[in-house]
This record gives sequence, C-alpha cells and structure tokens, in this order.
Amino acid sequence: MIDMLVVDLSRWQFAATAMYHFIFVPLTLGLSFMMAIMESVYVMTGRDIWRKATLFWGTLFGVNFAMGVATGIVMEFQFGMNWSYYSHYVGDVFGAPLAIEGLMAFFLEATFVGLFFFGWDRLSKVGHLVVTWLVAFGANFSALWILIANGWMQNPVGAKFNPDTMRMEITDFMAVIFNSVAQAKFVHTVSAGYVCGAIFVLSISALFLVKGKHVEMAKRSAVVAASFGLASALSVVVLGDESGYVATEHQIMKVSALEAAFHTEPAPAPWTILAIPGEDGEPIWSLSVPWVGGLITTRSLDKELPGIYELVDRAQERIRSGMVAYEALEQIRADGSNTEARAVFEETWPDLGYGLLLKRYRDDVQNATDEEIAMAAEDTVPEVWPLFWTFRIMMGLGFFFIAFFGLWFYRASRGWIDTNKPLLWFTVFLLPTPWIAIESGWFIAEFGRQPWVVEGVLPTFYAASGLQVLDLVLSLSFFVLLYTVLLVIMVILMVRIIKAGPKEKLFTADDEDDFVITTLPATPATKELGS
Amino acid sequence: MSTIPLDYETLRLIWWLLLGVLLIGFAIMGGRDLGVGALLPFVARTDEERRVLLNLIGPTWEGNQVWLVLGGGAIFAAFPPLYAVSFSGFYLAMIVILLALILRPVGFKFRGKVSDPRWRTTWDWALFVGGFVPALIMGVAVGNVLLGAPFHFDDSLRIFYTGNFFQLLMPFALLAGLVSLGMIVTHGATLIMGRTNGPIAERARQLGTLSGIATIALFAIGGIWVALMNGYVVTSTIDPNAPINPLGKTVELVQGGWLRNYGLYPWMIAAPVIGFAGMALATLGLMGRYRWLAYLGSSAGIFGIVSTAGVSIFPFFLPSSTMPNAGLTLWDASSSHLTLFIMLLATVVFLPLIILYTAWVFRVMRGTVTTESLSKNPNAY
Repeated sequence: MIDMLVVDLSRWQFAATAMYHFIFVPLTLGLSFMMAIMESVYVMTGRDIWRKATLFWGTLFGVNFAMGVATGIVMEFQFGMNWSYYSHYVGDVFGAPLAIEGLMAFFLEATFVGLFFFGWDRLSKVGHLVVTWLVAFGANFSALWILIANGWMQNPVGAKFNPDTMRMEITDFMAVIFNSVAQAKFVHTVSAGYVCGAIFVLSISALFLVKGKHVEMAKRSAVVAASFGLASALSVVVLGDESGYVATEHQIMKVSALEAAFHTEPAPAPWTILAIPGEDGEPIWSLSVPWVGGLITTRSLDKELPGIYELVDRAQERIRSGMVAYEALEQIRADGSNTEARAVFEETWPDLGYGLLLKRYRDDVQNATDEEIAMAAEDTVPEVWPLFWTFRIMMGLGFFFIAFFGLWFYRASRGWIDTNKPLLWFTVFLLPTPWIAIESGWFIAEFGRQPWVVEGVLPTFYAASGLQVLDLVLSLSFFVLLYTVLLVIMVILMVRIIKAGPKEKLFTADDEDDFVITTLPATPATKELGS
Repeated sequence: MSTIPLDYETLRLIWWLLLGVLLIGFAIMGGRDLGVGALLPFVARTDEERRVLLNLIGPTWEGNQVWLVLGGGAIFAAFPPLYAVSFSGFYLAMIVILLALILRPVGFKFRGKVSDPRWRTTWDWALFVGGFVPALIMGVAVGNVLLGAPFHFDDSLRIFYTGNFFQLLMPFALLAGLVSLGMIVTHGATLIMGRTNGPIAERARQLGTLSGIATIALFAIGGIWVALMNGYVVTSTIDPNAPINPLGKTVELVQGGWLRNYGLYPWMIAAPVIGFAGMALATLGLMGRYRWLAYLGSSAGIFGIVSTAGVSIFPFFLPSSTMPNAGLTLWDASSSHLTLFIMLLATVVFLPLIILYTAWVFRVMRGTVTTESLSKNPNAY
C-alpha cells in the first residue's frame, strides 16, 4: 500500500521547489528580451545611455539568473529522486523534451550568459549584441521545451502504453511537439514572463522618476517597458483564453472546477464572477453573467459544459473499464503469449490510468467493490474553491495589466512620462503583482490537474518514489530554508543595486562603485582573509 | 519499427557511448570549476587572489555545468529506469550534491556585491563546498555502483530501495570518492597554474602535484581492490534487440568479475592506461611548469579514469546487490527504439553546435587572469 504521507510531502516539495524556481524564470524571460532591445537601440544609435541602461538592468538580471540556475537544477533531478515511478512510467516520452531543452536551449543560454557579463570589452558592439540576443533566445527556447513536457502531462498525445515494458512509449513525436495544449501554454507562459519583466522595469523606473534620479535612463526604460508590456499583456490574455478553450477538450474537469460548476448548466452556461461556498462545497450564493461561461469554454451557444457530478459519473465508467485493462495487463505480464488478453488490453488500455486510481484503496484493482469505485471516481474532482479563487485573481490581474500598460503606453506616446506622481507611486507598488498572477497560473495548471500527474494516465499518488518520511522531512526543510535565505539575500542585493543606480563611467580602470568592487587598492596582495 | 534506419542494439550502444561522452564532458569541463572551487580557500588567501580565481572560471562555469544538466536529461530520456532507480535510491546523497551545487551560482554572483570581508569569506567557503562536495560524492556514488545498490523491482517495475545514506559510505566507495576528488583537484590546479601568475599559480602547482600523485596511487589501489572483490556477471543471454525487461536475466557474483571485460575485449585496457598516463603527465607537467602538458594530461586522466569505471561494469549501469537479476544494463534500462532514435537525431544536430560555440566562447575569454585585468570590467566577480 502507498504511504500517503510520503506522497503528500513529495507533492509539497515539488510545489515548493517549482514555485521558488518560477519566481526567477519569468523575470529572466522578460528582462533578457528587454535588455536585447535596449542594447539593439544602443548599437543602432550609438548613444551611451542605452548601454548604461542595458548594463544596469543586466546587473539585476544577473542576480536573478543566478537564483534561477540554483533552483533549476533541482527541478531536473527531482523527477527521478521523488517521482521514480513517474520517471519509469513516462520517461520514454517526458524525458525527451527535457533532454532536448538542455541540448538546444539551456546550453546556449548558459554558455553565452557569461559572455554577456564578461565580453563587453572583448567583443565588437555587434558581437556583444548577438550574444545578448542568444541569451534571450536560449531562455525562451528553454521555456518552449519545458512547456512541451508539461503540456504532455496535461494532454498526453502521441504515446501508447506498452504492456511488455510497463510504460508509456512515444508513437508520434511530432504530436508531442505540436500538442495544442503545449503550444498555447508556451505562448501564454512566456508572455506572462514578458509582462513580469515589463512591470519590473516600469516599476523601478517609476521609482527613479519619482525620486528624480537617473531620469534619462528611467524614461527610456519606461518607454521600452510600456510598449513591450502592452503587447505581452494582450498576448497573455488571448493565449490564456486559448488555454481555457483547449482545456475544455482535454481537461473538462479542471474547467468545471475553476468555474465551480457542480451541475451541468443548459447551454450557453453563465459565467460566475463571485460565489460563496456552502458546507457541502457547492455555492450557496453567486453572481454570474449569463452566456459568457459557455462562450469562453465551448466557444458556442449550444454546447454544454458538463458539471462536476456528471463528470464523476463518467469517471466511474472509465474506472470500470480500467479494471478490465488492469486484469488483462496482469495476464499479459504472467504470460506474454496470451493473445486474448492482449486483444482486451488493446481495447481498454486508454482507461488503465483510471483503474490505477483504485490502487489507493486496494492492490488487486480488478476486484474493487462498487464503494471503492465510487470513492476513486470522487477522487477525480480537484479541490474546487482554491482553484476558483486563484483563477479569478489571475484573470483579474491579466485584464488589469492590459489597461495599465495601455494607459502607460498612451502617456508615453504623449511624452507624459514623469508628470503624474500618484501614477508613478502606484506603479512602484505594483511590483509584486505579476508574480502573484504567475504563481496563481501554475497553481491552477498543476493543482487543477489533480489527482493526475499525467492526465488520465498516471495518478499522482502512484507516481511517487517509495522514500522514507524522514528523507522527505530533511530534504523539504533544507530546500525551504536554503531557498528562503537566498531569496532574502537576493532581494537585499537588488535593493542595494537599485539604490546605487546605473554606473556613470563604464569600463574604466578607476570606476568606483559601492556595490561592485571594481577598483583594487594600489598595492595589491594586502589583507589576509580568515581562512 | 522498420522505418528506423538503425537497429535497437546499435542505438543502445550509441547511447551508452553518448552517456559516457556527456559524463566525461562534465567531469572535464565542470571538473575545472569544481576543482578550482575545492582549491579556492587554500590556493588563494587574499581577497584579490580569490577574485582572480573566481574570474578565471566565472565567465564559463555556467556553460560547463550544463554538461551535468544534459547528462541528467540524457539519462532520463535514454535510460529512464536507470534515472528512476539511481536518483531515488541515492536520495540523500543527491540532496547533499544539490545543496552544494545550489551554493555555486549564488556564490559567484553574491560574493562581490558586498565588500565586507566576513561576507566574502563566507561565500568563499560556500564555493569551496560547492566544488569539494560534488567532486567527492559523485565518486562515492560510482564506488557504490561497482559494489551494487540494494534495490529490487516488483512485477509492475515499481522500485524498492532498501539501503540508507550511511550504507553508501563503504570503504571502497570512499576510496572511489577520493579518486574522483583527486583527479578533479589536479585538473583545477592545472588550470590555475596555466592561467594565473605569481603565488596563486605556485601554490596550485604544489597542491596539484601532490593530488596528482595521490590520484595515481589511489587509482592503483582501487584496481587491486576491484580484482579482489566481487563483480557482477550476466550469465544468461540477453537479446539486445528485445524490449526492456530488467527482470529477465540471471546475474551472478564472481570474484574479480569487474575485470572480466579486459579479457573479453582487450582494447578496453586502453581506459586505465590513459587514466594512469594522463595523471602522470599532468603531475609531470605541474612539476615542470608545462601548463599545456599539465592541463591536457589531467583532461586525459579524467577521461581514462571515468572510462575505466564505465567499461569495467559493461553492460551494467547499476547492479543490484539485493536482487542481482534486477541489475540495470544498457539492454534492459533503455528507452524505446523510437525515442533513442529521436534523441540521437537531436544530439547529432545540437552537440556539434554546442562544441563549436563553447570553443568560441573559450577563445574569446582566453588569456591570463591577473588583478589588473579584473579592474577593467565592472561586471567582474
């Protein structure tokens, strides 16, 4: 039997390490492109202010990037460490995009990021610009392959279960790459990263403008951020809608949970803006707009969005079919030449994952009772209310960002950048909002997929490694402790960098600075460090 | 799959080789940075000296570490059961390696941002841990691979690992850890001697010479130890073209079993020979201040030593001590035929590109690092 405490701790660890990692990734995605844009302007116009801006944002980028690298390597290793049955069961499919990410993207990004910092005086202007663009493309290709991998967990296309090897195997790699869920998620996620970078730049520039410091650089940065941000914010919402729509094809349960749609509503369903949950979980009061829900989720006026209860009934049928698949699989494992069992398995294998839901209640899945089947079917419902609320937070912020960048873009095009102090202060305090939206988005994607780690294929609890509780308590506390300490240090360093502002003199031997020690004492080899 | 132009057996062999290339790639490329990290507090004593070392490896270490990331990714994609068993089985050892590796990127970036000596010394020790600990523990892990790990499967291929962290610290495994640490420290020392001046280069030269001699001695002891201890031998025939089945073979323990391959395939002797010769040349190079001889010698030495472990246990990746038949070999721990082929295509396209642009970046960043050269770049660590 499976130790659910180990499973829960494994989930907590994955959630914690992934969410920490994704504090840094979106900023890398957005800031790298904005640095490349600023440096392009520098190369085209030859104005040193743009190089100064590139270097200043680059310093902040570097600190953030280091945290991204530090937390990223854990992500790649912990599939095997904490999710060993997952790694065996779907590694044939899931491992490939992850490895290609390393080959095609992360190598590019990591190799050139050093040159971005150290190559200024060793490369030509254009040469360095190319390096900066390569870093930005590397980061974004990286996101592409990671989201292809994640997209497959949401919509496992192009693969089939092989009873002889006891795992999912690739049948059509192009289907894995061009998975509609993966493509929509990719654009949605990188655009969210661009919004994050744009708010970061805009917010810090607004602070400079309010204080009247580094005004020339801040104005230019704000213009870049406002235009880049507006385009990105539009893309996030459009592709978010695309994600919502494709999710209705593959993950109807997730959407019904996001909408707290317990019962099937006649089409076109209303869209619930706010609701109050009752004791049984169902809403006792709600405020809805008619028709909108049906339009968003089905893009039609006549298709129904099935409610949660109806989906649970459908899950029961699939579990029963999964029991048949499981029994056939056992027969094939016992005797590989059993053609009858193979024929049954061929018919029923897509429901095998539903059969595995019963593993929580008994080992011999094929003998499950009606009661156990009903419980397993109930398990297919993710927790509704956390999803309902985070979805509304994310969506509200998404629409707000469009309006906000629209306003900034309009004012920038009129030349009214530093005239409205309240708006500047407001912009400063908006700094955390993109992270709230982005972490909410990942919560919806991953928590909303539960109880599945791979939708319909493998239940999360069945995918975990058989570790000891102590192993997980140790690792989870070490990670949380170390990451938190490092995060606090990073924020303090960023504040110092921002306070110090951009460097006035660039690449000269006598460049004094209080946050980067660039000048050495005239007589070297002096103070001894305690060692 | 008749449409795949290479047969399954060939692809499995190619991926066995490619995995070797990636792991050796990390040991040589990443080993530079781990070695310099492990030497940092001893070779460089003042802040300026330490900055010279950090800026020696600073511009390229991130790219070098991707060899490890890619090695991990390639094990996942090409040998999923191996990835699943080894990473979950050696769980706490992996956690220790990860915690050490986490300290590196932040150590490089954070250290120079504050000038307080206590701050800097703290990060110097963090960077030391980030180099020393992975170099040691990865070797301990290889030692445990040769000893066999306590794991077995049930019929659904669910994994059961019955050992714990302290059982990894067997004498032979610790010896392997020291060999790994020794070769990586020697390698880092050759880099420091080659690309810095003055007292740092001299201290690195002396420490590197010592560790070079120690590595040769420890590697030789390891060889004798392996001859005396039990190795795993597959006694049934495995169909190298069949779907994976980690439970479908018979494995026996034989004294000196890990040396059998050298009788079956005499060319494999080249691996330990290159290991000894490379480390000897590195030591001579360090003694005589021949920087290229030293650097290429330690690179060849690492290649030879890692290859020795790889070919000795062929066709095994990870033998099992508690259920020998469940030990993982390249024939029964691989991905499907199609996946191996797709991954090969990706590798054929991208690996040459990686080597090209990495070489270019190294060329741009070439030259001796001195305290004077640091002051020109405001981004220097």
